Amino acid sequence: MAELHHDNHGHTAEVHIDHHHDHEHDHHHEQSFISKYIFTEDHKTIGKQFLFMGLMWAFLGGAMSVIFRLQLGFPDLSLEFLRPIIGTWVNETGKLGQEPYLALVTMHGTIMVFFVLTAGLSGTFSNFLIPLQIGARDMASGFLNMLSFWFFFAASVIMFASLFLETGPASGGWVIYPPLSALPEAVPGSGAGMTFWLVSMTLFIASSLLGSINYITTVINLRTKGMSFSRLPLTIWAFFLTAIIGILSFPVLFAAALLLVFDRSFGTSFYLSEIYIGGKALHHVGGSAILYQHLFWFLGHPEVYIVLLPALGITSEIIATNARKPIFGYRAMVGSMIGIAVLSFIVWAHHMFVTGMNPFLGTVFMLLTLIIAVPSAVKAFNYITTLWRGNIIFTPAMLFSIGLVSVFISGGVTGIVLGNNALDIQLHDTYFVVAHFHIVMGSASFFGFMAGVYHWFPKMFGRMMDEKLGYVHFWCTFIGIYLVFFPMHYIGIAGFPRRYYSFSTFDAFKTFSDLNMFISAAAIFTFSAQALFAFNFVYSIFRGRLAPMNPWNSNTLEWTTKNPGHGNWVGEIPHVHRWAYDYNKPDADKDGFGDYIPQYVPLTETPNSNLEHEAELVKQEKKVAH
Amino acid sequence: MGKKYTETNYIIMAHATHSQAGGIDWNGGNQPLKASWGKLMMWFFLLSDAFSFSGLLITYGMLRYSAVAYNPAVHGPYKFSMDYWPIPDKVYEAVPFLHGVSLPLVFVGIMTFILIMSSVTMVLAVEAGHRNDRKDVEKWMLWTILGGFTFLGCQAWEWNHFIHGTDTGTLDNITGKMVYGANLIQNQYGPPAFADLFFFITGFHGFHVFSGVMLNVLIFYNTAFGVYANPNREIDLGAGRYEMIEKVGLYWHFVDLVWVFVFTAFYLI
Repeated sequence: MAELHHDNHGHTAEVHIDHHHDHEHDHHHEQSFISKYIFTEDHKTIGKQFLFMGLMWAFLGGAMSVIFRLQLGFPDLSLEFLRPIIGTWVNETGKLGQEPYLALVTMHGTIMVFFVLTAGLSGTFSNFLIPLQIGARDMASGFLNMLSFWFFFAASVIMFASLFLETGPASGGWVIYPPLSALPEAVPGSGAGMTFWLVSMTLFIASSLLGSINYITTVINLRTKGMSFSRLPLTIWAFFLTAIIGILSFPVLFAAALLLVFDRSFGTSFYLSEIYIGGKALHHVGGSAILYQHLFWFLGHPEVYIVLLPALGITSEIIATNARKPIFGYRAMVGSMIGIAVLSFIVWAHHMFVTGMNPFLGTVFMLLTLIIAVPSAVKAFNYITTLWRGNIIFTPAMLFSIGLVSVFISGGVTGIVLGNNALDIQLHDTYFVVAHFHIVMGSASFFGFMAGVYHWFPKMFGRMMDEKLGYVHFWCTFIGIYLVFFPMHYIGIAGFPRRYYSFSTFDAFKTFSDLNMFISAAAIFTFSAQALFAFNFVYSIFRGRLAPMNPWNSNTLEWTTKNPGHGNWVGEIPHVHRWAYDYNKPDADKDGFGDYIPQYVPLTETPNSNLEHEAELVKQEKKVAH
Repeated sequence: MGKKYTETNYIIMAHATHSQAGGIDWNGGNQPLKASWGKLMMWFFLLSDAFSFSGLLITYGMLRYSAVAYNPAVHGPYKFSMDYWPIPDKVYEAVPFLHGVSLPLVFVGIMTFILIMSSVTMVLAVEAGHRNDRKDVEKWMLWTILGGFTFLGCQAWEWNHFIHGTDTGTLDNITGKMVYGANLIQNQYGPPAFADLFFFITGFHGFHVFSGVMLNVLIFYNTAFGVYANPNREIDLGAGRYEMIEKVGLYWHFVDLVWVFVFTAFYLI
């Protein structure tokens, strides 16, 4: 079964390609340590670099949330024990300072959205899986791919360095709305911290662009023979669409950030207008702060799907594999992802319902927003129908995938509430919003991320992760995130505004202080449970059980190679003859197959299990073979 | 019907198998858009860059729309004022060596003509590359580079004039001082946003032109030193020896195209 089927028909074109890449392949053993592991051009190593970097940021971003949750849930607690770590951010009274609190919230958001769930998720799996699953030697340009990682690295270093500035890192919220972010007089973090943030994000956008154009061209030009778009695994479709969303939305953030740099540093008035600070009028006139919000959310909303689509793609693949069933509604899945990608660009103003926009315009944006429920529901139904009567194997990756479906639905439902421009007036900027996006975007994408790591770990490191630790990790995380974010809906409805430093002085919120404490305790529990993953991850890299070549009996191409190094396959690249989801095909046993038929098996070799509509393809295969 | 479809399909498949020129074939193992990955990357980069410029031009539109427009019934005969958005014809009317003469849009018209002509010479360079005619590539690239530098020189003059302003200046009603020319904080022509946008957007475009000229110089150098003509140089499947000229050419045409929009926004409406 593991042996590859080579067909011998004429293929002048790709012999040429193969030759070209084999030439590079021959040289791989001559690589030095630096060119092999540091400035590497191999997509597998670059993917792992993104993974390590993303996980480090995830740990840091998570730890930050625990610190500010301590302040919110236990306002009387002395945080002196944190002084060795965060220094003067703990003030003289032993509390977290107000400005450090805002800085922590801002950095938590920035880190999680961009560094963990964009670079960490898309960077890891797009890099690692695209060439392996479409049957390519590497990305179209290994060099640009390498640059993509190192731009991300540079962005990371600068963002990290900003944590150590005397005035603190950026503190204006991850959306960095002016005028707060534009005027150092407004909050200390809008000084050097904001400058660092902008420089870091500019580098990050360059990294994202380099990665994305590589992913797109690779998928278009480097698919192996037979890998038509309608046979692409859904992971690849997701990465492909994510990259397209990325190249269309990030440049607008780039433009917005540059204009902000000019307002901050060179005295222009793009976003600033008629502001008095300390009784003194600033010279800015005629700018519009709302303009910034439009530009930001033109990126900001697609960004949600940049974060989510890879997780959905990973889930499709893992659920089909571990339910031992074809994915239900492949074309509907692709169609809904395209639908989501298109809609993501025309709903941005639903983040701005309370900016005083024309209510009619708000209603248009509400309508477009609610339409997203349709493709999202199609996806949720298709996941469930794939699971329905499947022969389910509960690997940790499968549990995280099913967990994703759960949180995707729970969080999606509140999205319908928030997308309504009348209801949003009550809920805007409350913890209801925080709960909504942490479940539907944060947790869902994080679950996709974890599912991907558990599923492709054997491919990445040649060893298995420990399953039992994986199960404990899953259940703690799954229960934990519901315990954290479900109560947040209630305090949101009660009117708790987000980003507030403390609620202890408001009479109206007194009755909820125990619930707030509960959320903080649950957050600490959930964060602590990630130590299980960290241990499992590091331990398994070195000491894990050796992995078989195809541990999950999966159909896709990445499981057909033993990773010989740069070039992915020894000899010829396998050709593709069928889609990726031939699990439990009727009568496959008569053709000598078990409950799966990998993509490289020609239809002519499976006469008994071929379906009616595949008869035409069999004829073509036979003709081409002659 | 079914049979016919199959045969057509077979012909396309067989065709694509043996040569790169066939119908559109998305079945893998080929280049469905008949373009090497390098050229595709340039297209996608340009698509992305187009969105940056769109963001900036939308900013222009929004800030201009929110500013007061000149209305003769309210403001009287036209003169520069910080109270309303200026009329482009009155701002851009200077031409080098013709001090004091009002020639609206003449100079910027010349600039635009030069830039568009440099696109024409770029097309000729690409065409020469398809013929593997090294001498012609060199010739037309030189003309393109010359056009690019001339445009940048013109822009420098235009900026210089814009910054120094007219002899008369404009009175700032708030401070009671005369304002001459423009900077990022204040200008004699209209509201601050007018000069801010002018500097930012034409500057951003000018930076693109500058990068384009640098790329043009680079590929001219490579052509002149025979890098592309070298038969030992590996080239991508389906690409010509001089494909780099084509890729940089795409960028250059894009920069020209963007100028048309920038020109329209600032000088015409």
